[in-house]
Amino acid sequence: MPNLDPVILFFLLGAFAGLAKAELRLPASIYDFVSTLLLLAIGLKGGVELARAGEGIPPVELAALLALGFGMPIPVFLVARHLGRLSRADAASLGAHYGSVSVGTFAVLIGHLAAQGIPYEARAPVWVVVLEVPAILAGIVLARGFSGDVAWKPLLRELLLGRSIVLLLGGLAIGWLSGPEGTASIQPLFFGLFKGILALFLLEMGLIAATQLGALKRNAVFLVLFGMLMPLFGAAVGALLGRAIGLSPGGILVLATLAASASYIAAPTAMRTAVPEANPALSLTASLAVTFPFNIIIGIPIYQRLATLVASF
Amino acid sequence: MQHYTRRMVTIVTESALERTLVAELEALGVRGFTITDARGKGSRGLRQSDWAPEGNIRVEVICDPAVADRVAARVREKFYDHYAMILFMQDVSVLRSDKF
Repeated sequence: MPNLDPVILFFLLGAFAGLAKAELRLPASIYDFVSTLLLLAIGLKGGVELARAGEGIPPVELAALLALGFGMPIPVFLVARHLGRLSRADAASLGAHYGSVSVGTFAVLIGHLAAQGIPYEARAPVWVVVLEVPAILAGIVLARGFSGDVAWKPLLRELLLGRSIVLLLGGLAIGWLSGPEGTASIQPLFFGLFKGILALFLLEMGLIAATQLGALKRNAVFLVLFGMLMPLFGAAVGALLGRAIGLSPGGILVLATLAASASYIAAPTAMRTAVPEANPALSLTASLAVTFPFNIIIGIPIYQRLATLVASF
Repeated sequence: MQHYTRRMVTIVTESALERTLVAELEALGVRGFTITDARGKGSRGLRQSDWAPEGNIRVEVICDPAVADRVAARVREKFYDHYAMILFMQDVSVLRSDKF
């Protein structure tokens, strides 16, 4: 038997239960709790490592990440508009989703890297924070232009104070301020139980993804193809960019996976209020029901080879 | 016991709209409201409450008929086109006329 990662099997269990319409539903508060733990654990781990290494984030790297975040929606938009024949609003919304990132995918990758003992930059959680918002802004501009009918101020406030950013940055700060010794007392919960929490999270994600699959009706062929090919393109861009700014092989893999991933929390919520005429089911289904499973099951092993290849040049 | 007639407006809509809707209601002179998470099925398909971007809320407002009409008109103009939303109203009896 192949040695399958149990967390992936939990995802498949959730997806099976969802597809079979089994009597299985986790209460919303459990999902909130589990995802809060994950976000804090990722932040804390990064913060502790940062305190140990004493490294900062180079300005070139920050600029590259912002360029990736703002730029990624453009090819997505063009493909969706011309190959997928989607409306401008729908194509822009898809751009926002695919330019932004998925913390869930990042969590699976972190678990995978830890299990394989592959080192990567401790500041990687900061990349997630930096990459989350720019693409959503770019998506809104692609749909609306720079016109005045978007209430930018409350939108920015909502985005920058979103759950994932507050918890990731909060965790990073706590980890960094208290250091390896200081966090020893909370390590059993956040680090020791990380994989178990991740398994529960993925069980719920499987259920949600399977439910979302039911929304796949119109544009189904395009969305399924897009949801699997776009991550490959994103991963290639991310890997090359990571190589160009001199990341470690592990770091290249992280950036490739982030660029391949698509948002299913921050982007849908923001696009729903900023671009209401975009069909919310379209982007969410592609991101949640196609790209997320593709990335965690098939994508990450591919990106790992890609990163090794790119790093060897 | 003395009681007074007021109107209760119920809005069932997407939870993504909560913040925008609340700001609208307050600008229209609504003094209070109750929001609960909701699930159900309508013309826009199954709406589940356990996934935030896809969840529904039910907003209940008790106010005088003039405010209720303003709320209905505003909500219809601003949200009906693009959001999953229904609105209905009914007369209710309240004990404190100054509260609603």
